[in-house]
Amino acid sequence: MAISDALLPISARKEDPLLSDESRSDPNAETRRRKRPVKGFFAVSFGLLFIAFYVALIATHDGSRRSNDVKIEDDETATTSSPARLAGVSEKSNDQLWKLSGERNTVAFAWNNSVLSWQRTAFHFQPEQNWMNDPNGPLFYKGWYHFFYQYNPNAAVWGDIVWGHAVSKDLIHWVHLPIAMVADQWYDANGVWTGSATFLDDGSIVMLYTGSTDKSVQVQNLAYPEDLNDPLLLKWVKYSGNPVLVPPPGILPKDFRDPTTAWKTSDGKWRITIGSKINKTGISLVYDTTDFKTYEKHDTLLHKVPNTGMWECVDFYPVSKTAVNGLDTSVNGPDVKHIVKASMDDTRFDHYAVGTYFDSNGTWIPDDPTVDVGMSASLRYDYGKFYASKTFYDQNKGRRILWSWIGESDSEAADVQKGWSSLQGIPRTVVLDTKTGKNLVQWPVEEIESLRLNSKQFDIEVGPGSVVPVDVDSAAQLDIEAEFEIKKESLDKILGDASVVAEAEEFSCQKSGGSTVRGALGPFGFSVLADKSLSEQTPIYFYVAKGKDSKLKTFFCTDTSRSTFANDVVKPIYGSSVPVLKGEKLTMRILVDHSIVEGFAQGGRTCITSRVYPTKAIYGAAKLFVFNNAIDATVTASFKVWQMNSAFIHPYYEEAVRALSRT
Amino acid sequence: MKKMVVVKMIMMVTVMVSEASMIEQTCKETPDFNLCVSLLDSDPRGSSADTSGLALILVDKIKGLATKTLKEINSLYKKRPELKQALDECSRRYKTILKADVPEAIEAISKGVPKFGEDGVIDAGVEAAVCEGEFKGKSPLTSLTKSMQKVSNVTRAIVRMLL
Repeated sequence: MAISDALLPISARKEDPLLSDESRSDPNAETRRRKRPVKGFFAVSFGLLFIAFYVALIATHDGSRRSNDVKIEDDETATTSSPARLAGVSEKSNDQLWKLSGERNTVAFAWNNSVLSWQRTAFHFQPEQNWMNDPNGPLFYKGWYHFFYQYNPNAAVWGDIVWGHAVSKDLIHWVHLPIAMVADQWYDANGVWTGSATFLDDGSIVMLYTGSTDKSVQVQNLAYPEDLNDPLLLKWVKYSGNPVLVPPPGILPKDFRDPTTAWKTSDGKWRITIGSKINKTGISLVYDTTDFKTYEKHDTLLHKVPNTGMWECVDFYPVSKTAVNGLDTSVNGPDVKHIVKASMDDTRFDHYAVGTYFDSNGTWIPDDPTVDVGMSASLRYDYGKFYASKTFYDQNKGRRILWSWIGESDSEAADVQKGWSSLQGIPRTVVLDTKTGKNLVQWPVEEIESLRLNSKQFDIEVGPGSVVPVDVDSAAQLDIEAEFEIKKESLDKILGDASVVAEAEEFSCQKSGGSTVRGALGPFGFSVLADKSLSEQTPIYFYVAKGKDSKLKTFFCTDTSRSTFANDVVKPIYGSSVPVLKGEKLTMRILVDHSIVEGFAQGGRTCITSRVYPTKAIYGAAKLFVFNNAIDATVTASFKVWQMNSAFIHPYYEEAVRALSRT
Repeated sequence: MKKMVVVKMIMMVTVMVSEASMIEQTCKETPDFNLCVSLLDSDPRGSSADTSGLALILVDKIKGLATKTLKEINSLYKKRPELKQALDECSRRYKTILKADVPEAIEAISKGVPKFGEDGVIDAGVEAAVCEGEFKGKSPLTSLTKSMQKVSNVTRAIVRMLL
């Protein structure tokens, strides 16, 4: 609604505020402030009235909540069950960078092609170029693992999203295929977004996915393979009656996305869940269907947790309480628990909880409501860079497999320059930790071991305050399996020493200063992608802390704060506590693959994925070290290091696909 | 006739007052209330925009500021040839803002996946800071890069309201 200038009080007519300081060079600025003659008594009096209203409004308004500064905020302490912080919780911040830019001796690193091209991984899934995000519709069919993904064919940033597609015999060696679905219908014109696959009883496949319509409404659509005899499932058909689901009453048109794989109910229907929110409460809606074309919406939700914000990429699946194999999504019974997982839009963390599913009404409750899905202290698959994850049941080997989008932590300028952005984590098996019963355990699929080349075994004693180079030739593509033990004498001495302060309750990887801060019983571990002088390094380590009850608590951390000299990169310290049961040694596995490092503690009870962008510790200059920064304790490290081969992910070309189709 | 004008003016004032408070309420939740209000008030769309609309206006301001800064960078090549290397890096960074960050933010905010908009907006501030750092304390672009950082912070706060 246009308001004539004449009616505005003079003070409300503003110049462009972006020009308001010294940089303004327009000499006519003063004359630009027009001075229209006041049109009569009414204008003046209503102008005054306006000012009066304005003043009254300011005076009676609640005291303004002082700005949430753009800070790195990551509350790891498990003492509170408060919901995840909503404001300012994101890794990226330009405040830190701003402070650096004013210093005279800070030189911004200018990325060059040699340094950038090193960052591409050798054995993690990534398209040949451009942007990728969420994993979509993973499945196994006729001898091939299929992987679909959110893809931008035009740029190295998010946008113009379509479904990329690739196949593999072993989840490791991939062949890129043509784009599976493009935005060619009104109901997905603005984006072919995330979805999941379901196998029907006859072995056929249906895909449910979110479309952003030509009016930017989020709807759910049905698609299926054009030719089920094509093991490569190259072509997909969209159901002519799409969309099959539109935002229901009470749900906003932009809060309705990422349908799950369906599971069978006890009365033979299919059931799905879709994440959403109502105000700031994260929720998961439930729908039943017999044909994937028409649905009945439940009045009740699968679950909800207040103050957790929008739930993206909800996942829901059974896990066995007793066995180590995966379960088909429809399995239910007394020996089964159910996992509800959601990706929290507010914090970019994936959270899950273990609980009980009630098939009669399609609801679920967590075993421990103090760590309910999305609460800051609730469990995460991974304490590093890891989002929009999705599992599928691999009927080929009876496993449940977890995929996850691993974004970049560098600047978009670097992504544009290098021409790509984002990876997928190495697929992991997921099972319930039968020893604790309270958390999941993840492990890289065993097929990755086919990439192992030569190995070297080391058994060394690492004294307090020492850093030992590990002689492994090339150090950018490694698989490390390690066992650590704090020497009994050191442990006894420290546990018995009353002057050693209890710190387990206060310690967190994020807030306790990183790997250079020396404690009684740690930190100790590996430093990867380090140069000879350790000017750049990425330590991955255990920190064992004494608790007030004299019990020990173990933490597993990755410190990327010194991973690179570059200052346009986010360099957090990640981690969490890890349960260590009586009699267990401390074990760690690390996969190093250029700009991604994946760490697994205690067989995958706590996992950390990080992105690092060294400028010096690259190519032949990248080295491996084992270190022990404890003040007094000695640690024995027994570990094996494998060189890892490339997975030789094939770009797409027609002959290759035709050849593959014949096998 | 006079009565009609009076009634019309009362209505306009009431509308003006309630419109101003939407921008105000939104800007109160950002790190720079004054900057936020002045940016949004200076745009004719501001008075009737919802939160999403306000965010898009600010992304437009980022775009305008980046364009302006690039012009300035280009003019500096002749005036300050000794700064070529830094100007090259700044040019690259600001082109990223225009070609990557802004389109990403516009698409994401309009389509209701604001987190990608947040990424783009944060990145605009990062690129400005990197450019500034190239001059090792003697930058000819400080007020422009400083503006970008401030606008980026304010925009980010508003985009986060959409999450």
